[in-house]
Amino acid sequence: MSLLTPTIRPSVVARLNPVAKLAVALTVSCALLLSIDWVSAGVALLLEAVLLVWSGLSARQFWLRTAPVWIAAPMASITTVLYGEDSGALLWQFGFISVTEGSAQLGLAIGLRVLAIGLPGIVLLATTDPTDLADGLAQVLRLPARFVLGGLAGLRLVGMFIEDWHCLTLARRARGVGDGGGVRGAARRFFGPAFSLLVISVRRGSKLATAMEARGFGSDEPRTWARLSQVRAADAVLVGVGCAISGIAIAVAVWAGTWSFVLA
Amino acid sequence: MHASTTSRHQPVRQSPGVRKPRNFRWRVVDIVVASVIGVASGVIFWAWGLAWSPLSAILAFTPGLEGLLAGGWLFAGVLGGLIIRKPGAALYTEVIAAVVSMLIGTQWGFSTLIWGIVEGLGAEIVLALFFYANWRLGVALLAGAGAGVAVGLLDTTFTSYSALDFAYKAVYFVSAVVSGTVLAGLLSWLAVRGLARTGALSRFAAGREGSRAPSAARS
Amino acid sequence: MPAPTSFTPGREPHRRAVQIRAHDWGWRHAGRHNPAVSGLGLQIEPGERVLLLGASGAGKSTLLHALAGVLGDAEDGDATGSLLIDGRRAAEARGRVGLVLQDPDSQVVLARVGDDVAFGCENLAVPRAEIWPRVRRALAEVGLDLPLDHPTSSLSGGQKQRLALAGVLAMQPGLLLLDEPTANLDPEGVIDVRDAVVRSLDLSGATCVIIEHRVEVWQDVVDRVIVLDPAGGVLADGATRDILASQGERLAQAGVWVPALPPRFPTRHPVPQPQTLLRAEGLMVGRVPFGRRTASVVADNITLDVRAGTASVVTGPNGAGKSTLALTLAGLLAPAGGMLRASDAFSAGIRPEPHRWRSTQLLTRIGTVFQDPEHQFLAATVRDDLLIGPRALGLSVVQQTSRVDELMLRLRLDHLADANPFTLSGGEKRRMSVATVLATRPRLLVLDEPTFGQDSRTWQELVTLLAELLDEGTAIVAVTHDAQFVSALADEEYRLGTPDPIRLGSGAL
Repeated sequence: MSLLTPTIRPSVVARLNPVAKLAVALTVSCALLLSIDWVSAGVALLLEAVLLVWSGLSARQFWLRTAPVWIAAPMASITTVLYGEDSGALLWQFGFISVTEGSAQLGLAIGLRVLAIGLPGIVLLATTDPTDLADGLAQVLRLPARFVLGGLAGLRLVGMFIEDWHCLTLARRARGVGDGGGVRGAARRFFGPAFSLLVISVRRGSKLATAMEARGFGSDEPRTWARLSQVRAADAVLVGVGCAISGIAIAVAVWAGTWSFVLA
Repeated sequence: MHASTTSRHQPVRQSPGVRKPRNFRWRVVDIVVASVIGVASGVIFWAWGLAWSPLSAILAFTPGLEGLLAGGWLFAGVLGGLIIRKPGAALYTEVIAAVVSMLIGTQWGFSTLIWGIVEGLGAEIVLALFFYANWRLGVALLAGAGAGVAVGLLDTTFTSYSALDFAYKAVYFVSAVVSGTVLAGLLSWLAVRGLARTGALSRFAAGREGSRAPSAARS
Repeated sequence: MPAPTSFTPGREPHRRAVQIRAHDWGWRHAGRHNPAVSGLGLQIEPGERVLLLGASGAGKSTLLHALAGVLGDAEDGDATGSLLIDGRRAAEARGRVGLVLQDPDSQVVLARVGDDVAFGCENLAVPRAEIWPRVRRALAEVGLDLPLDHPTSSLSGGQKQRLALAGVLAMQPGLLLLDEPTANLDPEGVIDVRDAVVRSLDLSGATCVIIEHRVEVWQDVVDRVIVLDPAGGVLADGATRDILASQGERLAQAGVWVPALPPRFPTRHPVPQPQTLLRAEGLMVGRVPFGRRTASVVADNITLDVRAGTASVVTGPNGAGKSTLALTLAGLLAPAGGMLRASDAFSAGIRPEPHRWRSTQLLTRIGTVFQDPEHQFLAATVRDDLLIGPRALGLSVVQQTSRVDELMLRLRLDHLADANPFTLSGGEKRRMSVATVLATRPRLLVLDEPTFGQDSRTWQELVTLLAELLDEGTAIVAVTHDAQFVSALADEEYRLGTPDPIRLGSGAL
């Protein structure tokens, strides 16, 4: 399993149109970003958790892929609890740090929100093949084909990066600069290979562009598509589900009185 | 990296008055290289995102200083803009980078894309203000600062930082702008200069600007 | 507009072969002083198969790119004269021309085999119903028997080149252009690609122009050879046998592998009683994949000795683990099992496992030359790059400069001292990567495919240099596909990929 090209098991979610998945992730994220409160985030998270069962990811893949979210949520939460806007009864104080009821609530809200936004985003996109996504963007959303396919080609080139990075670090060891040197040495060991990788990839990109042009790519003339990207009923259902989750989360929060519009 | 005085290869200068018409249409090589830079930056963004949690915890003794880390997500736009030099380059590269880091998996999920669009716009607007004609260090720094302003505003309004006191928000904003200027503006400009010297940018104006370093180019 | 002349029927007559006319044509890349091609005049009839030769810098690649219409517009350079394909300019004839380039990795566009081959058809607005039959036919033509959703990243170099060829053939072009298609391939891949091209040309009867310096492989495929002159225009043009006979010497000097003029093998003066430097017993080698902790073993049960002044060569098919073995012997990868120890004389006071040595300890003992020289570039100029090794050893500035200057002279890099390493030509890059390794005078040299894609001149220089180093007492371990290299230098050969790695006796003359 490469970082960018997931192994996708055939499942209901994998067959959905990627544009629909994108729309759902966008809807839910936007809805939750409008307010920081634990009710909307918690309700959304609960509803999503129910649906994640059908995601099509194996347990191991799920935990591996969503690991960044599980790490980030508590950290963001704790930071907010300690430094957040204070209101309500003071619970503990130490220097800059002040924990109050208000900041504790905010901390919980932030933690839940990170999970509620992060999890579906990762799950939906982890089951999407990049080529299918490009097809969807170009055929359904009618984004210009030159940019979508050019972007996809660039994405593919990155698959070789890990191999190249490994080679570059081995080469540095062979040249005598693979270890030592303290902080400066460590900085060089990052920026050196990073720059070489940039040079190599710009070169490869230029060559790939030539190869693509040689196959007729890049003119303004209309093109056909070998793979059809269709929007089906299941996709409409998915978008509906996304809207429903957002709507219910907001409605419950407003009804519970905890909704606090960010831009107000 | 200093120039040598014994240059085997004279740079070609445009004679004054003979200006090739500026072409703002994107060629295929522009699109692919912008995508490559975007994707590469996206991977670095993802890695930076992983490192962000522990790093920001270290900086958290004064909340708001995490803004100094924000520049790590801003350099894609400036780098793309400086190399491609066409309208939309900064926006496109930054968006691609955001999409890729999102595809791999970040804690911020879909909001990464929204942030990417706004950050890209921050740099793009600055480059547009100079009519896509000026590509010197000052403009690069300003473009980085523009992206920093964008992310500073976004973060202090929509993320957990909006829950902080105003003083900390101000610290965050300022450190984001500084970070953008240095990490995104300065670093990108240096990277483009280094790239031009390696000959990798031979199909771009950035690589043909009378580079003084002698190359091994044959006839 | 004049109607296309000449109709050459292949078995698929709707693929009309293309006619090329060049009249005083030239091209200057933007930003360069001198034109890449100038004053070129030639005529190629439909169905002809032409081999394009010439010294580097003669503009062969530029001509091919121009025929394919990918040189660019006014932003990229200036054109003079005319270059017509079937009476039209190249940029208007896209879809009639197919171009296959040298680097297998930079031609794969999409992630699945079927999608990649279909890419060209999509761009030419071929209806969907017709695309997939064309894709299957093209894959069959090149002999790639793979399912359509096979990932392209897991293809070998030869397979990738055939995939690129299939992608081009699916467009049903009348002109096939090949720019050193087999340069970066192992011998098996070279034959596969050559056979695929022959099969396709027989089927379609298309015109074909090939740039290659491996003449032996292609001399029976082409009927005509054109040699370009670096100073402009055409140097020679005629039937294959005639040109190779009359221009043979000159071409060989320019680096072309002329069949009648094979490279000379250097004479060796073997070191008496060579001492053992490294010993491996029951060695297992493998790499640790990303995200895992244990290595996946690729080669097992390897027992060999590396001795001073001897050349050990590792051969075997792709995927047998040759590179992994080389990197393990070089101390860059940890062994997956078994034993690998340096002799006391070699390790000279530090622990005997090479992969535990610090980088600076490796410098004077083992030098590694990677398959892709670009991976080893560290600095912005050739001289600075060469200075890195001696500086890491802690030599005085005077010693550093004297060593580096001597090396640059020996490897003919002195005129490139201030150039950026990435701007060097292929042969110069290879010489430079060898120079960087020699700067610290290691006792063992490990080389991964040193003669890959090299022209005959660079090959000759490299082999001569390695022979000198061997006579001086340096040990060499080389991973290679190159049978000539093995014949020229190898004292011992280890063939991987068989159940027990065969240790063959001396292969050197």
